[in-house]
Amino acid sequence: MATGDFDVHYVAHLARLKLCPEEERQISDQMGDILGYIEKLKEVDVSGVEPTAHPFPLVNVTRPDVSRPSLPHEDALRNAPQKAGGLFTVPKIVE
Amino acid sequence: MEYEAVIGLETHVQLKTKSKMWCGCANSFGSEPNTNVCPVCLGMPGVLPVANAEALRLTVLTGYLLNCEIPRFAKFDRKNYFYPDSAKNYQLTQYDKPSTANGHVDFEFQGGTSRVRITRAHLEEDVGKSTHFERNSGVDFNRAGVPLLEIVSEPDITSADMAYEYLNALKEILQQGGVSDCDMEKGMVRCDVNISVRPKGTKELGAKIEIKNMNSFSGVRRAAEYEIARQIGVVSKGGKLIQSTRRWDDVAGITEEMRTKEDAHDYRYFPEPDLMPFEPTDEWLAEVKSRVVELPSARKARFMTDYQLPAGDAEVFKANVELGNYFEQIAKQAKNPKAAANWVINNLQAKLAETNEQSAQEQAAMGLEPADMTLLTLDSLKFKPEQLLELVGLVEAKAISSSAAQQVFAEMFETGKAPAAIVQEKGLAQVSDTGAIEKICDEVIAANPGPAADFKAGKVAALNFLKGQVMKQSKGKANPGVAGEILERKLKG
Ligand SMILES: [Zn+2]
Repeated sequence: MATGDFDVHYVAHLARLKLCPEEERQISDQMGDILGYIEKLKEVDVSGVEPTAHPFPLVNVTRPDVSRPSLPHEDALRNAPQKAGGLFTVPKIVE
Repeated sequence: MEYEAVIGLETHVQLKTKSKMWCGCANSFGSEPNTNVCPVCLGMPGVLPVANAEALRLTVLTGYLLNCEIPRFAKFDRKNYFYPDSAKNYQLTQYDKPSTANGHVDFEFQGGTSRVRITRAHLEEDVGKSTHFERNSGVDFNRAGVPLLEIVSEPDITSADMAYEYLNALKEILQQGGVSDCDMEKGMVRCDVNISVRPKGTKELGAKIEIKNMNSFSGVRRAAEYEIARQIGVVSKGGKLIQSTRRWDDVAGITEEMRTKEDAHDYRYFPEPDLMPFEPTDEWLAEVKSRVVELPSARKARFMTDYQLPAGDAEVFKANVELGNYFEQIAKQAKNPKAAANWVINNLQAKLAETNEQSAQEQAAMGLEPADMTLLTLDSLKFKPEQLLELVGLVEAKAISSSAAQQVFAEMFETGKAPAAIVQEKGLAQVSDTGAIEKICDEVIAANPGPAADFKAGKVAALNFLKGQVMKQSKGKANPGVAGEILERKLKG
């Protein structure tokens, strides 16, 4: 994929990042380089290789269904920029 | 032109676990806001999720209950989006490798059996709950990370009523299967409804319109009814529908379009790097399979075949598993299973409900919350199932009248004494001795000249009144058939 196919503006919006034009240009170039490496990887013949979701040969990692004490309420809300009535408050959500 | 509706449902169901999906916080409803939260379910940096083994079991159990295939490989993926109810800014879900796929649900509909195919039932996590205020919104993360099953149906549903029956059947299977309590009031079941319409007989699907976040089955039915009519109205006038998302306004009884950003569906799924794939072993699957219960529809059919019960009775035992189990304890030995079913449904169930209603009132008066009340169950009755069978036998053999049987039942419910002992003690054995009944009939006719004259004048119902008096005089012991014959002979003669 060439740099031109990468819509930095769109991806920045999806990631909720505000970039100035200079940053947009810079990141667009960097992402273009990274995508270039990926393009190169595509040249490798992997037809005989099973796709994998994870590099470690480890499966079925679970924990028993046991409930444990949660965070003290005050600690849970400690990092909240705004709170009220035990809730995290956020700008009004309009659908 | 005639149109038909094509409906598919995505049903979200909270799983019945003690703890959340990725952390040890309690999975419980009704706690104070943000008290069942920890760094994992608050999405703090650096935390690692660990899958709840029971949630995985319940997911595969659901797969078995819904006749699904269970793939030998499943994994979790991140679904990325920003919304205040999701602290991590992504939801963990199974995207392309779900734990179950390709099943079906069979259920009764319009006098026959309908089948809705299940595309998949995959495991994901619930999000926080937001409350909207005048100037801002508040978020409670107690629900965030609760294991949630998304059951996706194929678009096999053709009407609002069928959607309603499918949902009820699904709920019954999940409740009886021990997968979820499906408490609608607590928001344990929520649906997205996909509806399109097309000219009847055509194959191509119309524009899919999704109604989001329905939290009641009757709401789904009403919304689907409205939406089908609306869409047919648009296309039959030559209008064009476009794929969109709508919201059901329950008060106004209408659906309205939701404003959605074009990029809202760019979720950029990718495999969750912090969770290992899941590859169920034979042993593990066998253990889950051993938890599969008889499906409600199969149970109903079996009760009708095995015990020759009418559909109505079998339906009661299908819906109320404990009552059905109780019935089965005596049904096999019962000479007349239908009579036994009548006693279990009409007398035992009613008496139990009545007793518990009274008991709940008394306990509420003492300040107890419903959850802390001790109520009578079928397991804690004073009498044994065989004793109810004995009572049914006494009535069937005409050893006691049905009104005497009511007295015996009340007494055994109260004391746990054996029916035969109660009959003996209270002298309730049915009198078929015509001499004794004849005497009572004479007295009743003499004491009630009005009704006696009415019957002679052709008013047939008057006989029932007189018969009732004879039963009363005999304290329920007279054989009502014999009493009726004697009265009729005396009055007509
Ligand atoms: Zn937690």
